[in-house]
Formats: sequence, structure tokens, C-alpha cells
Amino acid sequence: MRSQMNRRVSCFSVLLLCTHCLFVAGNANTLLELSTQEYFSSLEPGRASLVYFSRDVSPGVRLFLEQLEDSAGALQEYGISAVKVNCLKEDRSRYCGKENTLMKAYLFRGNVLLREFPTDALFDVNAIVANVLFALLFNEVKYISTLVELQNLENSLKGRSNVVFVYVPATGTPEHRAVMEAAFVYGTAHQFVLTTEGVLLKNVGHDDSDTLSARLFFCHCQGVLDRTQPCRRTPMSRPLTTVNIHTHLKLMAAPLVTEVAEDPEKVSTVHLQLGLPLVFILSQKETYEVDKRTAEFVAWQLLGKAGVALLSRYLRSVILRSIAILLLKAGVQIKYLVLEDTDEIIAVLEDKIKGEQIHEEEDEEEEDEKDHNEQDDQVMEAVHRDRKRELPLDLIRTLTEETFNAAVTETTHTGVLFYASWEAVCLVMLQLYAEVAVDLKGTQGISLAKVNCWDWPDVCMKENVTQFPVLKMYEKGARSVAYAGMLGKAELLRFLRSTISCPLKLSTIEEVEEYLSGEVHADLLLHRSTSVLGIFCPSMKEAREAFVEAGNLLRGYVTTGLYAEDDALVLAQKYAVALPALLLARHEDHKIDSVLLSKQSAQDMVQTIRAELLETFPEITVENLPDYLRLEKPLLILFSDGDLNQGMRTDMLSLVNGKGHEAFVACWLNLKKTPVGRGVLKAYFGTPPPLPLLAWVNLHSSGQVFAFPSEQPVTEMNILSWLEKLKAGLERPSSKYSCLYNISRHCWPLVCL
Amino acid sequence: MASSAAQHAWGLLLNFLFYVGSYDTGSTSTLPHHNYCIIGAGPSGLQMAYFLQRAGRDYVVFERSHAPGSFFALYPRHRKLISINKRYTGKTNSEFNLRHDWNSLLSHDSRLLFRHYSRDFFPDADTMVHYLEDFASMLELRVQYNIAIIHVRLEKDPQAWNGHYFILTDHKNQNYKCSVLLVATGTWVPNVVNFPGSEFVEGYESVSINPEDFAGQTVLILGRGNSAFETAENILGITNFVHMVSRSRVRLSWATHYVGDLRAINNGLLDTYQLKSLDGLLEGDLEDLAIVKDKKGKLHITLKFYLENRNRSAGAESVTLPQDELDNFATRAPYDRVIRCLGWKFDFSIYNRSLRLMPGKGNKKKYPQIKPSYESRGTRGLFVLGTASHSIDFRKSAGGFIHGFRYTTRAVHRLLEHRHHNVPWPSPIYPITQLTNSIIKRVNEASGLYQMFSVLGDIILLRENATAFEYLEEYPVGILAELELHTGRKAHNGLFVVIMEYGKNFSGADKDVFYYNRAVGEAQHAWQSNFLHPVIYYYKRLPTEREMRLHPPDWPLSRPDAIHHIVEDFLTDWTAPNAHILPLRRFLENCLGTDLRSFFAESCFLFALTRQKMPPFCQQGYMRMQGLVGNERLRHHAMEAGLLKDYTVKHSTDELLGWQRSRDQLLRDHMTPGSSLYPLVNTKDEL
Repeated sequence: MRSQMNRRVSCFSVLLLCTHCLFVAGNANTLLELSTQEYFSSLEPGRASLVYFSRDVSPGVRLFLEQLEDSAGALQEYGISAVKVNCLKEDRSRYCGKENTLMKAYLFRGNVLLREFPTDALFDVNAIVANVLFALLFNEVKYISTLVELQNLENSLKGRSNVVFVYVPATGTPEHRAVMEAAFVYGTAHQFVLTTEGVLLKNVGHDDSDTLSARLFFCHCQGVLDRTQPCRRTPMSRPLTTVNIHTHLKLMAAPLVTEVAEDPEKVSTVHLQLGLPLVFILSQKETYEVDKRTAEFVAWQLLGKAGVALLSRYLRSVILRSIAILLLKAGVQIKYLVLEDTDEIIAVLEDKIKGEQIHEEEDEEEEDEKDHNEQDDQVMEAVHRDRKRELPLDLIRTLTEETFNAAVTETTHTGVLFYASWEAVCLVMLQLYAEVAVDLKGTQGISLAKVNCWDWPDVCMKENVTQFPVLKMYEKGARSVAYAGMLGKAELLRFLRSTISCPLKLSTIEEVEEYLSGEVHADLLLHRSTSVLGIFCPSMKEAREAFVEAGNLLRGYVTTGLYAEDDALVLAQKYAVALPALLLARHEDHKIDSVLLSKQSAQDMVQTIRAELLETFPEITVENLPDYLRLEKPLLILFSDGDLNQGMRTDMLSLVNGKGHEAFVACWLNLKKTPVGRGVLKAYFGTPPPLPLLAWVNLHSSGQVFAFPSEQPVTEMNILSWLEKLKAGLERPSSKYSCLYNISRHCWPLVCL
Repeated sequence: MASSAAQHAWGLLLNFLFYVGSYDTGSTSTLPHHNYCIIGAGPSGLQMAYFLQRAGRDYVVFERSHAPGSFFALYPRHRKLISINKRYTGKTNSEFNLRHDWNSLLSHDSRLLFRHYSRDFFPDADTMVHYLEDFASMLELRVQYNIAIIHVRLEKDPQAWNGHYFILTDHKNQNYKCSVLLVATGTWVPNVVNFPGSEFVEGYESVSINPEDFAGQTVLILGRGNSAFETAENILGITNFVHMVSRSRVRLSWATHYVGDLRAINNGLLDTYQLKSLDGLLEGDLEDLAIVKDKKGKLHITLKFYLENRNRSAGAESVTLPQDELDNFATRAPYDRVIRCLGWKFDFSIYNRSLRLMPGKGNKKKYPQIKPSYESRGTRGLFVLGTASHSIDFRKSAGGFIHGFRYTTRAVHRLLEHRHHNVPWPSPIYPITQLTNSIIKRVNEASGLYQMFSVLGDIILLRENATAFEYLEEYPVGILAELELHTGRKAHNGLFVVIMEYGKNFSGADKDVFYYNRAVGEAQHAWQSNFLHPVIYYYKRLPTEREMRLHPPDWPLSRPDAIHHIVEDFLTDWTAPNAHILPLRRFLENCLGTDLRSFFAESCFLFALTRQKMPPFCQQGYMRMQGLVGNERLRHHAMEAGLLKDYTVKHSTDELLGWQRSRDQLLRDHMTPGSSLYPLVNTKDEL
């Protein structure tokens, strides 16, 4: 209450002061307060004034007067004075006398009444300025309500003038005012058209724009000489403010393509002055016409967002097969790009602009979301894609904390898979396990079970399972054996089927002979029909235990036997070997090799046995490659599409049995069986080479790959001489690859501090 | 009456002690000695006893009562525990289920789970006493009952583990010598406020719990904790009305995420207050309060200020009451009873001054001051366990409650094992390929991380070249800087800390925790998660003590080199491949500069023949003959996803032409040696 009173008093004193000003200077920025007589006598011809005739001040009117007072300054800029006329009580003149005039304000030009406004249409400063200017610029700003009107207007102006078409949701809004203010300046240059019809906006073809926000289109009618041609319309993308409209109109007025010949750094165009990028399209004499058309095309696309300049600079050094562009922004070079086509330019530019806008709006939002949300783990993705399939797990018992101990002692052999139900590799394993279960169905003495460690962590901990998946074989009355081989169906089957103890304990020399002959468990012979026998003196306890462990680790890979009786030395003598020793009975060749076990740990024994089982000219497969790579020798790989022909095989075999073969591993790869070999070839040669192809792959030292000349027949002699040349460093590596492997994904989940 | 008698008894004892103490110094070498002495056979004392027993240590527990858990024999007065006993979670994972079992202590014996003791969601306090008795007896813990330790002092001895022994004196003046003192006495001394008329106030510890005794009475309760509301709840229906006054606003545990604040089970009075059913809540400083009893025995609330000005000789009627001046004074109605429910504090009285066991500051003055290692600030070798150790995380985490301190006690035990027995903190070593899995496993099941959020964290110490890591569970993150000292593990190659946190601005007494869109669903907005969710901190090197001191307020740790939030989950199940595991793996990969993806053997085969360095999954699996062969179906899925290339497909005409061309090219190259090399092929693009 009190403050309002104060305000009124102060207003009053200001008013008093300013009435005084008026008579001195005549152009005050505040509301004039005059009597009727004073007002009408002060009217100058051609000068507009907005006047309110006031008798007594009601609250609604007071609000209006406050707004009128606030807009006085703004109106003054357009040479319009705002006046409040104080009617005398006895005044019964036209404006003061009638009751309804109290709700109206009047716009005069000179002493001619132009318009009367209901005071509620002049609800704030924007509404006052917009409506007053709208009334004054009656000719410059046409109001239309249908599409036909717009088309008629455009048609009439084709070849003469451009049209600025504006949609505002309502009059009196800030946007309306901004348009009116622009029209005040540009009204003579362009024809302004205003509508408040949302339907019209849709008709113009911008269904994406909601009818809640104002839109401005620049219709390029001036350049249209053919009446049947429509006027191009360039929408203004930024919000309708006075500054933005001015900028837009200025850009529309600028030449479409600027032709420049000097240094791009020195060029100055409207776009650069307004802080927009400028695209230079480099042009050559020969292609000038095409380039210009391109430039114009690009310019139309970028109109209002960036400028286009055609740089006629004939540089010898730049190859201009493609369109080259140079982006400049406010004199600072942004980018030099060589782009293949115009779409790319536009895309780059729009990205740039959009990027900046986003940057302006909200500082940092994730840049390439697509990339980090995309699963790039092949195993995980494969499992994920398969998640809806129900696995046939009814052949596998699900064990719990309560049932575990009983279950593993029920049957002589129980395979137990320990897994975590959410982990991808485990789920792959579970699928394989289910397949294995089908194959093992009905096999006596073997049962399969699984434990979900996510449900029963205590069981897993007790069984010493700390990572997943783990497959263990529980044997009645013996300790469990963990599987340590490839996670493939065939390998798992071999492991689970090898139910004879591993190593098999032999107690007499006769048993040993029988074992070495391969007659025992012939159906269970696993690896290339070779049987391994470890011979120990009874005193070699440590080595024997290590061998037992090695045998366990090799379960499913090779059959192992153990002989550690008192007469072990007899065997040692027979096979001429010191103890502890390994005997390898190669049943195919009817050959028995003996090896001295010099290293005593189980792991070393496994390595020794594995090394002994390697072939001289193996077929490399996904499953066996690591065994051969472990030798750390160069590989001589014969890539073949299908089986090797006999001649080649013979040549290779005699090569590997010849002198110097120990320095490398000769092998072959059947692309039909191991299709991924094609990927290897592609990596080596880029395009698939003719087959068969012999390659020297030195992974371990130089990392070089050499290809055997394809015009030469693959014979032992040729290979040998080629190898000689390689050794001498004459052949050129077909591809020298260094470490190609690098993690190269985006720094995304880091919240950088 | 009861309390004054007790005070009298204490006085006698102290006199007696003084006498004996002066007589009995010097010859302590013959005293019974234990490496570890635990005072108090409450939950934390028994928990520590369990760990010491399992480790085969020389320890003893002193309990002044005849049975364990004597606090629970009396409290809570209305016998309903507010720690939940959730017997069904739909899961069988025992570790996970402990997240929702707030009463069990940790042991290897699954019979000692609280769900076997009570079917109630909020069990009866007698059940707790019974449970603790079983815990002590079934595990054969060495508890000496009926021994009240009434004095603790230090005896310097360079031979002792900590440079001194703790000499404990019991009520029979028997002394005990201890190398390490573990204080598990809880907070049991009722908080009392002294003001004029406080003699008319009844204490929570002795007030009647029979509602009938309050029939038709008007009651004022001092305090605003669970005991105050519990008391109100009990008499709400039978009193005229209940008023409740305390200094601070009511703190609802659902808003603060602190289980010690007012729990929904006790908040009936809030309901009746807000529905204007006569009951009410008031804020005011109890220190300013005064109570005057009139002739009819009614209690009037006034202010100290008025009493100071009154005529001493005059009766109650002459006292100016606030309503004499302000006739709408809120508590102008006289009360029949005033009940004090102000909680408890630690009993500092038995510790000799030389132990420098000081009360904390501010709202932590009811607890002794301790370091984040739970060791006393004043005395080496004195550790505070259980509720009394709550100053570490007061009003933050669960360290003052069984479900929290059972884990901090285990942490203290592990610290002691390393300090005195050279047993380093358990830390299994795993290959780096197991890193993502290890974290996912722990954040999904670990109970210690979940209950002691922001206090205990899992530490992952990286081995050289990030090929393997050690995993330390539930280490107090407050002493992260001294990790090497406390655990005997080395952190030379960087480390991760896995902890759980609520959103920084989510919890608080005055926060609306039910606002729309309170939960974050998108993985990229994980850092804005509000509910409890895992956060992983990465440090290239161990932060220093200084850095830890300067950590940002409200952060449990110092500024890391990188941080990752796993987006909060409605089901607290963080195993979603795309929303949880993938972003985590990317984060770990970025920190380590290693590819942590898994590959089928076929991909590893290609790598093996075309690259010199392989992803760890191939290196540690395939190359050791443990590759993941998989099956046709899964490989096909991977091919469809574009993550595995299918080399079996027949070649298109273009490719055949390419073959032809390359054959020519190859021939040409052989005839003109020295021409340009084939371009480097980046196999990365094909995978």
C-alpha cells in the first residue's frame, strides 16, 4: 500500500517535471501529460502520437498508463509521442466526454485519427510498439490470412521485389514487435507479409514447425523472371528477435556467391563480419562454369547459415579433381578439407553449425553416442542375440549347496560346470555343455551337472572355483580334475569321455607292453593314436606326483600311463633311457620314442608331452595353432583351398625331413576347413592371392611375411633355394607388419576430471 | 531412584579402585596375559572374537553381564528391533542375502543366520539375546561372563607389540594384561539433559512400557530419535495427546538413507500430528527448558530464563509461565508426564586419562575419537568396534549397526592380522581378463560394500603391464593412503577402488526423495544416479595422506584419475550386458589401455598369425590352448552383428576379378623388384 502510494507520488513529480520539458525541448522520452487544449494545439502535421484521454484513474487504467509510460521511450525512437490527456471534469468533447473512450487509446498522425485501440490490446510495451507500428506501416506490412493471398502477392512482386513472410501466433507478442521494427527499416526494400494463421504456415511447407513459435521466411521473388516459377523460400532458423531478423535480411541481401581472387585470409564478406563461416570453393579456369554452378548450388543450401565464395586461384600444387573447400570464420581458418561432393560440404557445415548451436545451448553433451552404446564384444553380442533361446538343459542336473556333495559321489564320473549365469563366456560354455550332454546321453557311469556360482557362491568357493567357467570331473574316490583345454564341443566330449584314470596306473611289465602296443583302450586313444607312458623309480616320488598331475591336465588330450614299480629299471634298459623317462608309443608308425624327463614340474611335463606329440607337417587349425606357435619358430605355411595334392604333400614331407628343418615349422592350412585362413591371407596380401600359396611367416623375430613366387612350381628344390634366398635377405617381404594391434576406441566412459 | 542408587555404587567402586590401584602397581608381569582383550560380549565383541578364534589367536572377551548382548536384554524397551530380518529375497546367494539380513553376525556356520531364529521382519529383542547366546556358545567363543572391567590403564613396556600393555581391572580388582585392547562396549550410558525441573523427567530406560499407565494422560517426550517415536507409538492411542520436543527437525531415514534416523515403522506420531489429531512435534533447545510442577502434580513447561528471575521462596504458582506473556504459547497445556528419550553415549569413565580416549566433536561427542582404521587417536593398539566406532560414518553409513559393523570388525581383524602376525590382507590374483567379471560379481553380491557404502571399498591392485590384478575386499577407504602399510600389498601399478554411493545431492532430512524422474536409466547419465550404485575410482598411483585429507567434501575418496558410475538399477542387479557391463568394460579399457573384450578362438587365430600383440583374452586363453571355440550358432550371431567375419561365403564377381588382378600384380611385382610396397593392412577394421 505504502509503496504504491510512493510510486504514485514520484510518478506525479516526474510527470510534472516532464511536462515542463516538453515545452522546452519537445522530444522527451517519457509520457507527456497535457490538457485537451494543450494536446490538440501541439499536434504537428505528419507526426504520429498515441494518446489516452484520462478522466479518473481506475485500477485497470492505471496498469495501462504504466505500460504506456514505459513504452514512451520506444515509441519516441520511431518519432511517435505518447501522450496522456487529462480531461477536465466539465469537458464534454468528443474524446473526453464519452464513457467508452476510457477503454480506448487513439493513434493520430498530425490531427488525423488513424486508429483507435482498445486498451486491453495494448497490454504491454511490446504490444503497444507492435500495434502502433502495424497501424502506421499499413502499406509496408500486409496482413493476409490465406495461401492464395500470399501466392497472389508473390506473383505480383516477381521480378520486382522480395517478400518477407512472417507468421506470428498472435499480435502484440515480442516477435510481432521485432518484425514490425524490422519492417520499419526494411519496409521499403522488401514487401512484408504477416499472418497469424497457423494453417498458412503448414501450407508453406513447414510442418515440422509448431504453430506456437513465430517463423520468418524470405521469399526470393525479385530474381524470378519467369512468372510460372515459384519464389524460393529461405526460412530463418534462429528465433525472431530484432537482431536476428536484421542479420537474416542482411544475409539475404548479400550476393549469393562472392568471386574472389586474392588471399582467402584477406577476404571480408558480410558473413565473416557477422561471425558466420565462409566456404571457399576453389576453381580452375577449365572448370569455371561447373564450379560456379556448384558454388551456387551449395550457396542455396547454406543460405542464411554460411557464405560461399568462389576462389579463382589457379594453384599448380593442389590437385583439384575434387571440390576443395576452406572454411574461414572471422578470419580464423577452421579447416581445409578435400571433399568429394557437395552433399559432404553441406553435411560438414551443418554439423559445424549444429555443433556450435548445441555448444551454445548446453555445454557438453555426449558427442557420438552411437559408438559407445554399441556392443563390440563378439562373444557377448552373440550370447545376447541368442538370449531368448531356451537351452535344452534337462540332461544336466542343476546342483545346489544341499545336493552338491551327494551328487558328485553318486556316479563314478560326474562332470560339473561351474558358471555365472550373467557372464558371456560361461553362457557359451553352457551351450556347448548342453550339446555335449546330448551326445553323452545314455553313457554309463558319466553324469553331467552344473552349479550356478551366482546362486551358490559358497559351493564354488569350497570347490576352489574363483573364476568362470570351470569344468571339473569328479571321480568317485579320487580328487577332481579341472578341464584346461579348448572350449569346444569336440574337446569337451573327449575330456568327459576319457573315464579311465589318467594316468593309468600299470603294475606289471606285461601290462606295460600291452599298453604300449595300443591294444588297451583302443577305443579311447585320443591324440593321433599315441600313448604316453611315464616310468619312474619308486623313490622318485616328487616326479611321479608331478606326472600324475600332468596326466590329469592332459586328460582328454592324450592317454597317459604310469609305471613306478621296483623293476622300472628293466624298462629303462630296454628302451635305453635314464629315469625318469617318457615313452611315446606312436601306434600308426609302430614306433616307440623315449624322452628323458629333465624338468620336474607338472607344467613342464605337460609342455614336454605336448611338444612330443606335435607332428612334422601338420595341418594347422584354429584348435592346434597355439601348440605350434609355442615353439617360437618361423612358420612355413602352405595355404590350400581344400586337400593338398599328393605331389605337394610328398615334396613338403621330404622338405621337413631334410636338413635344416628344425629352424622352422612347416605346415599347411586347409581353407575349406579353416576359412579364417582367408582372413590371414587378406591381412598379408590385401587381396586374396592365387592358391595354393606357400608363405614364410616369421612372427616371432622380424614380423615379416614372404610369399613363394607363384610362377614357380612348389617343389622341394625350389622351396629350398627360395629359403636360401630368404636367409640371404634377397626376397622382399610381401607385407611387413609391425604391431598392428592397438586398442583404439573412444575415451568415452571417462568422466574426465 | 534406580539411577541414584547406581551412582552411589559407582562412587564406592571408584573409591575402592583408587585404594587398590595405588597398592597394586609395579608387579604386573605375573598377571594373566592375552594378546587380544575384548571388552563387551555384544554383537561386535562376539564378531571380533569369532575372527580371532578362526585365526587361532590368543584372545578373551570380558562381559559384565551373565550373558552376551545385555544391552538387548533391556533395549529397545518396547522390544521391537528395527533391523530387518528379510527371510526371502528370491535369491539363494548367501552373500547377497546378507544385504537384507541386518541381524546376523558373520560366521561359517549357516545355522547361525538370524532367519532361523525369527520369522518376524522386525524381530523381537529377546530373539537377539538368544541369538547372541547361541553365537557365543555354538562357536565356543572364549567369553568370561560376570566380569565388569572398571578401569583400563597403560603400562609402558618396550617389549610389548605397541610399546605398552593395557592393564584391565575388573570389579573384583583382578587385573589382566593385554597387548591389544578391543573396545566393544557400545554406547549404553543414557544421555541426560540437566535443566530446572529435570528431576520430574522419567528416562526411557525406566519408564513404564504398559500403555495402560498412560491412559488419559498428557505426555511430553524429549528427543526425536527412534526411541522417542517408539515410546510415542506405544502410548499414542491411549493418551490425551503426545507432544515431542527436540532441537533438530525430524530426520526420516527414507529421506536421509541413514538407518539410524526415524524409521517408517515408528513414525505413527507424524501421521497423527499432520492430520491434526492433537499430537504434535515441536522444535526447541532442551537446554533452555524448565519444568515446574504445580500442586496438582501437573508439569508446566517454562523457560530457564523465567526461573532465574523468580522469587525463590514462592511456589510454583508464582513462576511466570510463557503463556502469561504470549497467550498462544505452544506448550501451554500442562503435562502429566515428561519422558526423556535422548539416546545413549559411550562410557568414557573406565579409561585412565593416559589412554587419551577423547569424545568426538559436535554431534559425535557421544562416540570416542578414532582414526578411519578404527584405532584410537590417542593410544596405539586400542581399537573401537561396533556402535562405539560409529563416529567414522555417523549419519552416513551403517557402521553403528550390526549389519554394518560386522564388516568393519572384519576389516579391523584383517589389519591386526597383518600388523601383528604378518598375514597380509587376503588378495587372490586373477588374470586381467577377469577384471570386468570380478567387479560385476562383487557389486552384485557383496554385502559389505552394500551396507558400508562409501566406507568400505574393494581395492584392485594392478600388476605390472596390467596382465593381472589382486583383489582386496572391503578395505576401509579412509585409510587408502596407508594401504601398503596396512595390508602388506604393493600398489605400484595403479589401482581401482570399487565402492557404492548414493547420489551426492539426493539424501537429506529436507530433501524430497520421491520427486518425479528421480532415477536415472540411461548408462551415459550414470554419474547422476541417485540411489545406491557402484562407483569405480581409478588411481594411477596410491593417493597420499595429504590428498586424502583434501578430498572434496562429501566425497569418500580423493580426486581420482578417472571415475566411473555404474548406472543405478531398480533391482540392484548390475548384470545388463549393454547398460552395465559394456560401459564398465570401456572404462576399464581406457584406464588400462588394454582390450578387455572376449573373442572366439577363430578371431584369436587370426590375431595370432597377423599381429605381434594380442588382446589378453586371446593371450591368456587361446594361446594357452584354452580358446573359446564356441558353436556354429553363436559364431553366426557374431557374424550377423558384424563382429566376426564370415570367410566361408562365396566370393562375388568383384572379388574374383580382384583375385585375378592381384595375381597379375603379384607377377608384375616379382619382375620389377623395388616397386611400391603393399599398404599396411589394418585388421582391426575387419573385426
